[in-house]
Amino acid sequence: MLEAQQLAFRYRDELPWIVNGIDLDIRPGEIVGLPGPSGRGKSTLAKVLGGYLLPERGSVRVDGAPLTRSGFCPVQLLFQHPELAVNPRWRIGEILGEAEAPPAALLDELGIESAWFERYPHELSGGELQRVCLARAICSKTRYLLCDEMTSMLDALTQAQIWRAILNIVKRRNLGLLVISHDTALIDRLCDRVVPCFADHPDAQIDNLPGDQKDQDRNSGEHHREEADIPPDSTDRPQTGIQL
Amino acid sequence: MLEINDLSISFSSYSFGLRKTETCAIRSLDLTITPGQIMAVVGQSGGGKSLLAHALLGILPRNARVTGGMLFKGEPLTIKRQAALRGRQIALIPQSMTYLNPLVRVGNQVAQAARLGGVPGRESKGAVSRAFTRYRLNQKVISCFPFQLSGGMARRVLTATATVGGAELILADEPTSGLDPASSGETLAHLRELADSGKAVLLITHDIEAALKVADSLTVFCGGVTLEVAAAGDFSSHGVLRHPYTRALWGALPGNDFVGAVPAAMTIAKNGGCPFSCDCPKSDTVCNDMMPELKRLYNGLVRCHYA
Repeated sequence: MLEAQQLAFRYRDELPWIVNGIDLDIRPGEIVGLPGPSGRGKSTLAKVLGGYLLPERGSVRVDGAPLTRSGFCPVQLLFQHPELAVNPRWRIGEILGEAEAPPAALLDELGIESAWFERYPHELSGGELQRVCLARAICSKTRYLLCDEMTSMLDALTQAQIWRAILNIVKRRNLGLLVISHDTALIDRLCDRVVPCFADHPDAQIDNLPGDQKDQDRNSGEHHREEADIPPDSTDRPQTGIQL
Repeated sequence: MLEINDLSISFSSYSFGLRKTETCAIRSLDLTITPGQIMAVVGQSGGGKSLLAHALLGILPRNARVTGGMLFKGEPLTIKRQAALRGRQIALIPQSMTYLNPLVRVGNQVAQAARLGGVPGRESKGAVSRAFTRYRLNQKVISCFPFQLSGGMARRVLTATATVGGAELILADEPTSGLDPASSGETLAHLRELADSGKAVLLITHDIEAALKVADSLTVFCGGVTLEVAAAGDFSSHGVLRHPYTRALWGALPGNDFVGAVPAAMTIAKNGGCPFSCDCPKSDTVCNDMMPELKRLYNGLVRCHYA
């Protein structure tokens, strides 16, 4: 079970809490939805759960043990913009094999063609690249997948196709899945259970903070980077959670 | 206001040494917009939808070749005319905040757009202030740099940039992607408001649900080809939709059947036939080899042999 207990995180001591006192658990084979408007910290929570950011308080435990800080992380994160989650100078073949070579059956299931292996990321469409990221994240040691707005920039047909494939894999391998999305129809469709961590209370939205407060947030520059989906220092860090 | 006939865009590139290859991004696109109307262009991601906007503004890269007719107010859009019209009569709401100059305060960027759009220099400051108020941006934001804005705020600044002048045709490129329902609803309401004030809006999006909320009619676009032109009302039931691709796209929504198709096959579509032929339940050899003509079918247009 992926367990988060009393998780709290902020980017700097003088900045407000982004994630505060959140309890969350995902059992293997369970699909959990996390809805909520933009700017509430959904992505930040995902990064804390995936080990990209260290919580200031509270803990993340995977099957009873604390989240590993080195080696392969059993919790894998998938981002909204796959083109920012891969090394633009690597060919698709290298990207796929970053953690371990994915089995041919998995590639078939996700519709990844061997003709792509020699191409660079910019030569694939968003949907194709997202499937490559998915194949990279599903390794033999992967236990949990966190999908952060994974298909919000894709058309409905591609979206449905990707989710069908994931649901099959998740069921077969008994993986736990967290679906982060502001599309409530999608969450209703996919999830066994919804956690209302970021329920509606408009004051919490960073956009609407009164001027001074907001300027302070923005001046740090940190805050805003959460939208880039990747922590500022880790553009080249593999999505597979290997700490360099 | 705008009429596009049989537009095609292709790119030439040197693949290996001096071997020149031509990639076709848009094969045959037809579109008409009248003032007061929102025409949505929906279709697969990576299908060349943004290229359409760039072609209209004449800002495609130099290796692009554009053929076909584009008429703005009845006169052809030549390169010279595009340069004179863009930013003045045709304005773009771009896809991402990377279109803002990172080194210039956003207020100055909106003011620059206002002057280009025909607002006299001494009035531009007031125009900027009014535009910010209209899009619910704090006056303090005027002196912010783009990196200080959140995604939703940047989107509103971009909308302000496009509308502060007197542009009559607004091209909105994926204005809702990545926004939560409240902000995207607000963006769409702004577009509706612009159309209701007599402007023509071209809404380019992959999000068919968002398009249906505000658009008067939709052009369904796949593999660089217009497959169907339908009124927004046609989507309320399965039966009226004319093309199998439109039906599949509609059926793939999470609120409907949620059945996907393999989009890889559609993006190839180099066989000269219908781009959806690989996944279409009705397709046969004719569909694979021959591109159907665009024909009229109950108040809409469809490009299918079997419609």
